[in-house]
Amino acid sequence: MMAAAVAVNGTASSSDWDGRYYHVDQILDRPGPRTDPSFLAGDEVKEFLREKCKILVIGAGGLGCEILANLALSGFKDIHVIDMDTIDISNLNRQFLFRPKDVGNSKAIVAAEFIMNRVPGVKVTPYFGKIQDKDEDYYMQFNLIICGLDSVEARRWINATLVNMVDPENPESLKPLIDGGTEGFKGQARVILPTVTSCYECSLDMLNKPTAFPICTIANTPRLPEHCIEWASVLEWPRVHGEKKMDTDNPEHISWLYQIALARAKEFKIEGVTYSLTQGVVKNIIPAIASTNAIIAASCCNEAFKIATSSAAYLNNYFMLIGTDSVYSYTFEHEKRQDCPVCGGESLDITVNKEWTVDRLIEVLVERQDIQVKKPSLSAPGKQIYFQAPPQLEEATRPNLEKKVSELVPDGGEITVTATTLPFNLSLRVKYI
Amino acid sequence: MIKIWSMKKNEDQAAKKKPKTSAAQIRVQKDLTELDLPSTMKTHFPDPADLLNFTLTITPDEGMYKGGSFLFTFKINANYPHEPPKVKCEQKIYHPNVDLAGNVCLNILREDWKPVLNLNSVMVGLQYLFLEPNADDPLNKEAAEELKRNREQFIYNVKSSMRGGTIKGEKYDIVIKEQ
Repeated sequence: MMAAAVAVNGTASSSDWDGRYYHVDQILDRPGPRTDPSFLAGDEVKEFLREKCKILVIGAGGLGCEILANLALSGFKDIHVIDMDTIDISNLNRQFLFRPKDVGNSKAIVAAEFIMNRVPGVKVTPYFGKIQDKDEDYYMQFNLIICGLDSVEARRWINATLVNMVDPENPESLKPLIDGGTEGFKGQARVILPTVTSCYECSLDMLNKPTAFPICTIANTPRLPEHCIEWASVLEWPRVHGEKKMDTDNPEHISWLYQIALARAKEFKIEGVTYSLTQGVVKNIIPAIASTNAIIAASCCNEAFKIATSSAAYLNNYFMLIGTDSVYSYTFEHEKRQDCPVCGGESLDITVNKEWTVDRLIEVLVERQDIQVKKPSLSAPGKQIYFQAPPQLEEATRPNLEKKVSELVPDGGEITVTATTLPFNLSLRVKYI
Repeated sequence: MIKIWSMKKNEDQAAKKKPKTSAAQIRVQKDLTELDLPSTMKTHFPDPADLLNFTLTITPDEGMYKGGSFLFTFKINANYPHEPPKVKCEQKIYHPNVDLAGNVCLNILREDWKPVLNLNSVMVGLQYLFLEPNADDPLNKEAAEELKRNREQFIYNVKSSMRGGTIKGEKYDIVIKEQ
């Protein structure tokens, strides 16, 4: 009977044949001496993993392909994937879900189809677009989120979104985030439990600063091919094209930069300006190594599996791998930053009389011993309430001092307070009486 | 699934609620409201509701650029302070470290930018360029060479350029401060 079962994608578990998960089940069928007390060995955990758990994969590139394959093979069956990119021929050496015929198509869609064809019973739902297109309702449907991204900006966005989503009244609103990243032989995997552990923003200072060359070197004394390319993109592009924005994904733009950089290199007798270097420099591409991606993706997926099943202790909370000089790895607990602008802002419920003016609220804040704030500036999301400086903004916001707080901020709304005496910022949640 | 919520309860007694304002916005609010500028520098917000785009006018009260009024635009993106603000001079001026398109050579705007720096440091750095033009990091090579070769002539060129004069075939913008 089993032999006759045809793989039907989209209907979870309909196609599980005998022994399909024999090896994984060794872990899930019985607790070990060190498993978490909440671990429910047996059918319950298997049912959760294979039928209920919904996981989101952000990025279907180098890490994303590995992650999707690993998740599908370890028993996750309801997988969603987001990627805004299309497949480039240069991806094919390591992004193994793609073939030459797929070049130009959506990574998310092609990857989803490949996994569904290859692994019976797994449903992969692609979204071809930006993570910013989706709102909280969308992210709320998942149990877990794994990121294999190449951009700091996108990571900061998803991190801030997930931290903001945590609602103290609703346990379901806290979504574990597993973030993987690689750069040549180096990589990291980390587990972020929004508001509980340190978040991505807490560790921004660990990032290498992007390589930038002094603009005067670029302009006067180029010595490297990169200097010529930077000259073309930073100085010549705006000079020649004015306000027209450079699109680093547009081959015509890259070709133009390449020609300009090449001419400049000739002038200064510099060798090594190529089309792909030009693309690499302007897009800030760091060579990707397939095997580093494999290590990091595997590590992320193991964490996803452990978090989804409680079958073993999960990573707390930062694993780093440095393969540039022999192999070194280190796992440590990255601590929360008290002054983290995303997860650390000491936030406070404050009771405000409906009749209070902004001026009165400021007086109250200044008097409060537990805040210790002098000359606070206040804003609500998207609007300034009162700024102490600079003079123009002080003047523009001064009329608000006489207004009632309740006219400017809704009940339950937030006010961001900054002041010299505060290390970063303070967030107030207003309750009216 | 692991039970995160119980951990949260233990660890997080004080109700914390996060601002919906972006990290860049908050940081800019902090930077702006703590600006400590001398009377020679003034910010202007074309749209006071938009904190991420504004101008800075520098009117040096000493040095060879005294009497001028120099206008810079600041553009801050969502990655601030991970990335520096984008600063451009809006006038065509004769200065060794500013090219004819308004690009500025200031180390902390590019290779030496660090997130611990703030808008105040950038503004003070810009003003310093007018007090001590740096011939070693030129963007306007003609001007830098003149400064190295003949300081007197350079100062003369600066004065003349500020009145809208032409130097080596380049006509410069009038930047004399209105009295």
